[in-house]
Amino acid sequence: MKLTLRIWRQKGPDVAGDLETHELPDVSPDMSFLEMLDVLNEQLQNEGKEPVAFDHDCREGICGMCSLVIDGVPHGPMKATTTCQLHMRTFHDGDTITIEPFRAKAFPVIKDLCIDRGAFDRISASGGFVSVNTGGAPDANAVPIGKEDADAAMDAAACIGCGACVAACPNASAMLYVSAKVGHLAHLPQGQPERGRRARSMVETMDAEGFGNCRNYYECEAVCPKEISHHFIGGMNRDFLKANLCGGE
Amino acid sequence: MNWLARLLGSSVGRKMLVALTGLALVGFVIAHMLGNLQVFLGPDALNSYAAKLKSLGALLWVMRGGLLAVFVVHVGLALKLAAENKAARPAAYARPGRVQSTLGARSMVLTGLMVLLFVLYHLAHFTFGWTHPEHATATEAVQTLTGPVNRHDVYYMVVMGFRQPLVSGLYIAAMALLALHMSHGVQSVFQSLGLNNRKYEDPIRKLAIGLAWVIFLGNSSMPVAVMAGLVDLPGA
Ligand code: HEM
Ligand code: FES
Repeated sequence: MKLTLRIWRQKGPDVAGDLETHELPDVSPDMSFLEMLDVLNEQLQNEGKEPVAFDHDCREGICGMCSLVIDGVPHGPMKATTTCQLHMRTFHDGDTITIEPFRAKAFPVIKDLCIDRGAFDRISASGGFVSVNTGGAPDANAVPIGKEDADAAMDAAACIGCGACVAACPNASAMLYVSAKVGHLAHLPQGQPERGRRARSMVETMDAEGFGNCRNYYECEAVCPKEISHHFIGGMNRDFLKANLCGGE
Repeated sequence: MNWLARLLGSSVGRKMLVALTGLALVGFVIAHMLGNLQVFLGPDALNSYAAKLKSLGALLWVMRGGLLAVFVVHVGLALKLAAENKAARPAAYARPGRVQSTLGARSMVLTGLMVLLFVLYHLAHFTFGWTHPEHATATEAVQTLTGPVNRHDVYYMVVMGFRQPLVSGLYIAAMALLALHMSHGVQSVFQSLGLNNRKYEDPIRKLAIGLAWVIFLGNSSMPVAVMAGLVDLPGA
């Protein structure tokens, strides 16, 4: 396949970036999207140019490190698929592909396509946990959990924290991510004691990090590689309202 | 009032207040339409309804004040949220994309601002009678137990107003924008307040879209009926 890439280049956080055009004469349809970028970088290095910086780690769709907005859609056109699991057979010979970083004030560009998603870590650190006194490890099955709750908790826990939801949201809102973390623990007995405090504190940190507000577009859900449902946002709104009206925990 | 301060201090809480005030405005829009549809029952029905509203006196002013407050909170908080949203994405995408968001959702600020402009015009037209004073000051004499009195001829004002195609067109266009605003807004209220779930989502969506159509068709029927001559001055 012959491809034209329009790819975002930016030297650092505080300098302006721009789209740069590159031709790739011979891309195999069996390559993953990131392998295609590896080929581009090899080509750039052979020409004595600076390779394109992009994030990746596991390359098997589980770590949440890869990103990229591909032709306007985070993680590209394939549903429920991370960029690392996207293959070039999804595209056509002669295509022009525009590649940009996830864009949000809370996700500053470090270089080219690499962004700083530390804001997500700070949100999780502000409540995405349960407090447990140490002691002997409890038996794994000592606390029975109904199937519906177990399934819902697992669905929420599937979030890999990649940030595609923020990138897709016209308002750069982080509500899908935050609600997945809140919803995961809200469905488990271990999450109950701190349930209200967790929702309030994580929403507060989310606001402080400069994310936008949810307007219920559900673009987040559409691009989420783990198909986290917007119903977790509704659930978090419910927890948040209860915690604020009833006060206390 | 502690809870109110807590809600106002959070993005999620502010959105909830937009939802609650939006819901109150939806209630007003429905009641307003039902009242006005009495134009189809003839001059007496509409004019006595208007006179009854006027006779509420102090209560009417309390209702107007409440409605104004709800409107101001809705618009004020919605615009604050919109400004925060803009700030949250300082650099736009070179190639923007869209997967499943609807036109109604994406145009909330635009449709909202157009509705605001329309409301100002509507008040100037019918409530204050500034745009057509010759229509707005008409009265009709009616017999009461204590003798004849003159009351505001709202029916005449409405018919004369909607006989002008430009005015009628403006009202119909504004109703289309309001309906678009409500088609997303009413669904959104349930989600914002945490009342949405998998089971109710589809009925809620149908309710929102159905209600938007009812408001559009119901309100537009009045200018259309006047222009078609179905609603006309008595004796004409
Ligand atoms: C009678 C008039 C109006 C009605 C019935 C109405 C109704 C609603 C409803 C039900 C919502 C949904 C709240 C939610 O998402 O939970 C909403 C949202 C909104 N309204 Fe209105 N509204 C009206 C007038 C206006 C006006 C004049 C503006 C002017 C700017 C406006 C701007 C907005 C915006 C921007 C939102 C979205 C808020 C956000 O999600 O960030 N609305 N409206
Ligand atoms: S690189 Fe780990 S999910 Fe894509």
